[in-house]
Amino acid sequence: MEELDGEPTVTLIPGVNSKKNQMYFDWGPGEMLVCETSFNKKEKSEMVPSCPFIYIIRKDVDVYSQILRKLFNESHGIFLGLQRIDEELTGKSRKSQLVRVSKNYRSVIRACMEEMHQVAIAAKDPANGRQFSSQVSILSAMELIWNLCEILFIEVAPAGPLLLHLLDWVRLHVCEVDSLSADVLGSENPSKHDSFWNLVTILVLQGRLDEARQMLSKEADASPASAGICRIMGDLMRTMPILSPGNTQTLTELELKWQHWHEECERYLQDSTFATSPHLESLLKIMLGDEAALLEQKELLSNWYHFLVTRLLYSNPTVKPIDLHYYAQSSLDLFLGGESSPEPLDNILLAAFEFDIHQVIKECSIALSNWWFVAHLTDLLDHCKLLQSHNLYFGSNMREFLLLEYASGLFAHPSLWQLGVDYFDYCPELGRVSLELHIERIPLNTEQKALKVLRICEQRQMTEQVRSICKILAMKAVRNNRLGSALSWSIRAKDAAFATLVSDRFLRDYCERGCFSDLDLIDNLGPAMMLSDRLTFLGKYREFHRMYGEKRFADAASLLLSLMTSRIAPRSFWMTLLTDALPLLEQKQVIFSAEQTYELMRCLEDLTSRRPVHGESDTEQLQDDDIETTKVEMLRLSLARNLARAIIREGSLEGS
Amino acid sequence: MEEIYAKFVSQKISKTRWRPLPPGSLQTAETFATGSWDNEENYISLWSIGDFGNLDSDGGFEGDHQLLCDIRHHGDVMDLQFFDQERIVAASSTGCVTVFLHHPNNQTLSVNQQWTTAHYHTGPGSPSYSSAPCTGVVCNNPEIVTVGEDGRINLFRADHKEAVRTIDNADSSTLHAVTFLRTPEILTVNSIGQLKIWDFRQQGNEPSQILSLTGDRVPLHCVDRHPNQQHVVATGGQDGMLSIWDVRQGTMPVSLLKAHEAEMWEVHFHPSNPEHLFTCSEDGSLWHWDASTDVPEKSSLFHQGRSSTFLSHSISNQANVHQSVISSWLSTDPAKDRIEITSLLPSRSLSVNTLDVLGPCLVCGTDAEAIYVTRHLFS
Repeated sequence: MEELDGEPTVTLIPGVNSKKNQMYFDWGPGEMLVCETSFNKKEKSEMVPSCPFIYIIRKDVDVYSQILRKLFNESHGIFLGLQRIDEELTGKSRKSQLVRVSKNYRSVIRACMEEMHQVAIAAKDPANGRQFSSQVSILSAMELIWNLCEILFIEVAPAGPLLLHLLDWVRLHVCEVDSLSADVLGSENPSKHDSFWNLVTILVLQGRLDEARQMLSKEADASPASAGICRIMGDLMRTMPILSPGNTQTLTELELKWQHWHEECERYLQDSTFATSPHLESLLKIMLGDEAALLEQKELLSNWYHFLVTRLLYSNPTVKPIDLHYYAQSSLDLFLGGESSPEPLDNILLAAFEFDIHQVIKECSIALSNWWFVAHLTDLLDHCKLLQSHNLYFGSNMREFLLLEYASGLFAHPSLWQLGVDYFDYCPELGRVSLELHIERIPLNTEQKALKVLRICEQRQMTEQVRSICKILAMKAVRNNRLGSALSWSIRAKDAAFATLVSDRFLRDYCERGCFSDLDLIDNLGPAMMLSDRLTFLGKYREFHRMYGEKRFADAASLLLSLMTSRIAPRSFWMTLLTDALPLLEQKQVIFSAEQTYELMRCLEDLTSRRPVHGESDTEQLQDDDIETTKVEMLRLSLARNLARAIIREGSLEGS
Repeated sequence: MEEIYAKFVSQKISKTRWRPLPPGSLQTAETFATGSWDNEENYISLWSIGDFGNLDSDGGFEGDHQLLCDIRHHGDVMDLQFFDQERIVAASSTGCVTVFLHHPNNQTLSVNQQWTTAHYHTGPGSPSYSSAPCTGVVCNNPEIVTVGEDGRINLFRADHKEAVRTIDNADSSTLHAVTFLRTPEILTVNSIGQLKIWDFRQQGNEPSQILSLTGDRVPLHCVDRHPNQQHVVATGGQDGMLSIWDVRQGTMPVSLLKAHEAEMWEVHFHPSNPEHLFTCSEDGSLWHWDASTDVPEKSSLFHQGRSSTFLSHSISNQANVHQSVISSWLSTDPAKDRIEITSLLPSRSLSVNTLDVLGPCLVCGTDAEAIYVTRHLFS
């Protein structure tokens, strides 16, 4: 068995007592059923009152969040767009496409986060508010991880630009500074504000040196005594060499300049230029990349990855991607200082800095309460061709496995199932069978919904499912006595057996009531009539009635006869057909020719001779038999009379 | 058609309708109603696209539509119509027809009137009672006509508790949509490709006229009548075809136009500019059909980067007698008769279930739980 990656969490179900009674459970696709049984653990005979409920336990609870639904729906569109990115695209254009997709995903997460934040603030119930707030922090962590993965795996920034990206990353996620800055600048005397130096320090820590310089100039204006050293500090900040995107200088040039600048800073420290201002001196130490000075600002750094990026900015701005993991690990250790152990988020980020994609995905799968994140991130990374080597020992590859999990979760939801379909489509190995299994289990409460499900199946040539859905609908219609509808559905499913069954119901109704229902349908069957013999008979029989109604007796007569001679009519119906022939036989003019009359007689004899002999006969049976015998007698008489007339007529016609 | 606003609303939208403007008003549309389907809880919601202050750089109003109020609706919302300025009639998958009243003072909706068992398979009162979804509703104050999967047609009158007229078994298959032709005539479409015209003056359960697609019996899902020429009717079918009918003559469509790749869920003539027609489909597309004749100069303006197709009527079986007065939808002259089609939604994914147009404004709702609104249809 596979080793466990962590202790599974225990979920307590309120009201269920697993100590006293044995539990029963059953797995569903995304859910589990749990209930108490009346079996006792210790075989005591006393009956412990058990919990009367059956519980449904859902694994993927996030699917049920109203706000996250927007995330699922909006990202579905992005996912489809990503699948359609031309495989032919290579190099730069492909990379920029993938980065754009990644940014789209992130902006959807952010939009969700903002809305969730608004709701959390507006929540009246504190427990509710807490729940939303925790969702906000989960979303924020997802965006943080995604952004880092985007920089490291998709953008694949080289030394130099890498640090710029990381700085942006930190600035985006440690954003308290903006409100602080507004607060300080809004005050009457900014440089006397309690948080003035905190603000300046944060700006320096985030490498926002231009803004820090502006703040320093305010301090210089306010206290002329320190104006000189403030200006020196400002110059140091201004001259710090940085790589700007439009710049053409090489890394070596930059490194050289940077070294030069670093030495200059060093000199100021040794000269104790800033000794009079402890604030400025600590800023200088930060700019020298002094670890102790940085760690003093733990509060302002707020987390180890901020520490990491600041440390790199001021000690090794041209860090290479492969060296990142060394700095990351040591930054984490230094920052935590053995006081606390790393949390799941720390481990995930660390794994990313180590370029261990699989570890990132694995840790995320364990830590996050939904499959959305890992499924979409893995899919995106797979499109970057980063995951091809990895195969699971079950199912197919990891991308597909995660997409299947996510899509199954969607299918468990009463209305998000439509999204799941497209995800299954892009799982080449097991997507189709999964879809087949799920799609049949969607409850069909209206025909409109059924049509949507049918369309999904028909587009994918899932004939078996199409037939089964049509059959369900046809059955429903029969149960509701909607024979026309039932027939339409069985025609659509090309289900001959069911069409026969429905046609029999029509014929039976006709025999009982003496008239047809649903003429609008039967008269317009067209080629669909050929589906089953019985349906053909129904259609033709109705045609006979129409001809008769239109007084086209000769046509009607030959159609009636052909129904019997071609054996399309079920034998049980022959008597009715022969009875229908009676009025034709009794018409003034001769309609059935001698030939046809012989045929009719043969049919009648065929029918009567094969009649089962009733052994025991009760009164009702006898009465029925009586009527039957009368009918046969009448038919024989009519047939004989018609034959006589026909022979005379044909003889005289030939003679004339 | 520069800006089209999308908003994700966490519910699959089955119907959207603009609130009608008061007669003689010069305002543009600003309130619309939506109904949801296939959710655990379904809602009727009212939205406003009115200005919320923010003028953007181009001087137009920025921002998407805002929720005014909503109310629970039992079952899927199958159809939705404004009865008047304040009242909305909703058809439910439970067979119930409900009139909701909007109170603009405190922005709430309440149930005004309800016919709970308007559509059913086995009658109310019987132990095996089973309801049937009500699939379509149409209003013409004070009358409300509903149709359902049970093939039944009901005529209700606001403020009457019982149906004024019921035609049981009006259709052997499911009725999908209904529209008024000219009072007191209605027109229904069904799932075997037939249009039936019913005259409420006649007693009995027979339609006064049946028109049908030949052969394939393709189900028809939607119908709309030309706002000025009451004999011109457009229908949309399961195969995505648009059919134009002249109910005065013939029993077959005047023209069949190849359109969407899947079910056409709704078709609407523009109410004040009927040379324009709008359709939406299960395949996730929303199309604008322009049959006004000045195509060449317009085309340069209209389809920048959008997929545009010209087509001419594929099938025509009508001998035209009075060409001059006839609507361009019925004309059969191939030289004049060109229709420009513009696709209005950028990328297609899940079904566009519904659309409505009023003045320069268009709203549509999708299964991807988004509502799209544009206020500049003809810019």
